[in-house]
Amino acid sequence: MTIEVKNIVKKFGSFAALDNVDLKVGKGELLALLGPSGSGKTTLLRIIAGLDWPDAGEVRIDGEDALGHGASERHVGFVFQHYALFRHMTVFENVAFGLRVQPRAVRKDEATIRARVKELLDLVQLDWLANRYPSQLSGGQRQRIALARALAIEPRILLLDEPFGALDAKVRKELRQWLRSLHNEIHVTSIFVTHDQEEALEVANRVVVMDKGRIEQIGSPGEVYDNPATAFVHGFIGESIVLPVEVTGGSVHLGGRPLNIAAEGAASGASKLFVRRHDMQIGPAGTGSLEGAVRHVRSFGPIQRAEIALTDGEGKTVIEIDAPRDRELQAGEIIGLQPRRYRIFAAQE
Amino acid sequence: MSTQTSFVTQATALPAYTSTTDLAISPPTREARGRARLAAASKDLRSEPGPIRFIIIALALSFLTIFVVLPLVVVFASAFSKGVSAYFAALSEPEALSAIKLTLLVAAISVSLNLVFGVIAAWAIAKFDFPGKTILITLIDLPFSVSPVISGLVFVLLFGAQGYWGAWLQAHNIHILFALPGIALATIFVTFPFVARSLIPLMQEQGTQEEEAAISLGASGLQTFFRVTLPNIKWGLLYGVLLCNARAMGEFGAVSVVSGHIRGETNTMPLLVEILYNEYQFVASFAIASLLAMLALITLVVKTILEQRLDEEQTPKDDSR
Repeated sequence: MTIEVKNIVKKFGSFAALDNVDLKVGKGELLALLGPSGSGKTTLLRIIAGLDWPDAGEVRIDGEDALGHGASERHVGFVFQHYALFRHMTVFENVAFGLRVQPRAVRKDEATIRARVKELLDLVQLDWLANRYPSQLSGGQRQRIALARALAIEPRILLLDEPFGALDAKVRKELRQWLRSLHNEIHVTSIFVTHDQEEALEVANRVVVMDKGRIEQIGSPGEVYDNPATAFVHGFIGESIVLPVEVTGGSVHLGGRPLNIAAEGAASGASKLFVRRHDMQIGPAGTGSLEGAVRHVRSFGPIQRAEIALTDGEGKTVIEIDAPRDRELQAGEIIGLQPRRYRIFAAQE
Repeated sequence: MSTQTSFVTQATALPAYTSTTDLAISPPTREARGRARLAAASKDLRSEPGPIRFIIIALALSFLTIFVVLPLVVVFASAFSKGVSAYFAALSEPEALSAIKLTLLVAAISVSLNLVFGVIAAWAIAKFDFPGKTILITLIDLPFSVSPVISGLVFVLLFGAQGYWGAWLQAHNIHILFALPGIALATIFVTFPFVARSLIPLMQEQGTQEEEAAISLGASGLQTFFRVTLPNIKWGLLYGVLLCNARAMGEFGAVSVVSGHIRGETNTMPLLVEILYNEYQFVASFAIASLLAMLALITLVVKTILEQRLDEEQTPKDDSR
């Protein structure tokens, strides 16, 4: 099933939670809405589900106008951050709920419902918990039950609101991979909301980066990471070093001193230079376009993370870089730095 | 108002039905009981010297004895002072039977109406945001902050012969004041906050997520209410109903103003207790009072049981573990 969102506007008072958002989701996609809190991603998800209503715009599910229908008529599976399992029902009854509340005319008989619930509990590998109550489950188990419950109604699309947000790091990682493989198995068009870039990049086919009620970029995980469209995306995804620079006629200046890098078509004026932490090449003092004193080094795994006070400009800028451990850095050492890959964006007011 | 002043002078002698009205309004919070448990566990950390501990406990106990246990004993002792047969004879007087019947009827009417109103009000306040919400919450508490006598007087001003609608009612031969409708109205007014008050914090804590989940699974509004919302609040609701009922049966002030004290017709149990007492029929008076005292005791026991259930209902079930 496809989802189409056109010119959605949603205001809470004078605050625009969504500001003219357009989005198309193809059949069988697993899409991530990624952004900081307050970026409007959850609001967008709730509007698609019918739990919130936009002030203007259109939502089409499979070409059909969705705004004319309430949430209960949209056949949309929704998974909540805090699971929202029915606390007074067993796991079995939770999963069966969507089947039991169907209108009498289409409701399945008890045996069919039982078989279907059993099938779903097998799918989420928790059939042995059928008679427990939600309070007796771990967070990861609860979220899998919530997913089984949402799938029971054979939803046209599946929406997940920060599905792993309330779980601890290890369970979150496991569930991520599990969701990925589950999606490969059932292929229902899915959107999940997250503020965790790693989660979005690892799980989704496509990532939609949002900020302040607007979509900043839509692309594959590789695209948004390697080819960020805006300064916000570059800063939000992956760890970046940001330096305030001045672009004048094709050359780049930091604190009045020209840097030995090309402006690559950036417009003249106050700008920001973005470099990934691991894209800063280190060399002996005097080489490279920047120079700085190593203040502090921490080594873990294959990299060393160094805090470096730049000697350029006012000398107050401190950056963090990730360098391979082939050449161990020492605190106090002066080194040269050269951005291997970088992007320049106009500084926003 | 003479009945009121005479009542006040006898208030200490007739504690039974007032005690039912002194119950806590909202269920004690989990934290409060948690603190109590914590205090018990860490007793040895902050233990007082023996004598001081003894004095404090003795003080508390004697206070409790003088103000709660003794009056309760007096009620039952006086009721049975002329023997068991006199007690039951007093209770089977037509006047007593009529008062019991009226009290039960009024309680049934006011509790069932307040059940519906209370659930609706709590639902509206806890699950929706709308302008004027704070005013509504304040208004719900109004009956608690107004003297019951005033609550009764309001209905006299509205429906009395000199009241706003008095003439119209008289012309159409509708009896509200000094009849069942007036007593029921006054009782409903006085007991309105109980159900709503015991539900609002519970429903606010539970939030709207389960309802949203139910709706997204295709449930209708009614299905959501009866399958999700109601089961989640059932113990809190029973708690509110219990307190509402205790107050409805024990209410004196408001009912006294609107009742008219017509013997065998508009006297509720608390009113009859006072009338009989003023007529020196002590056994009969205390026999009725003992029924109200028993209601209070039963209410206390059920309340304790419900509080345990409520504890379970309030326990947040959606934290990650």
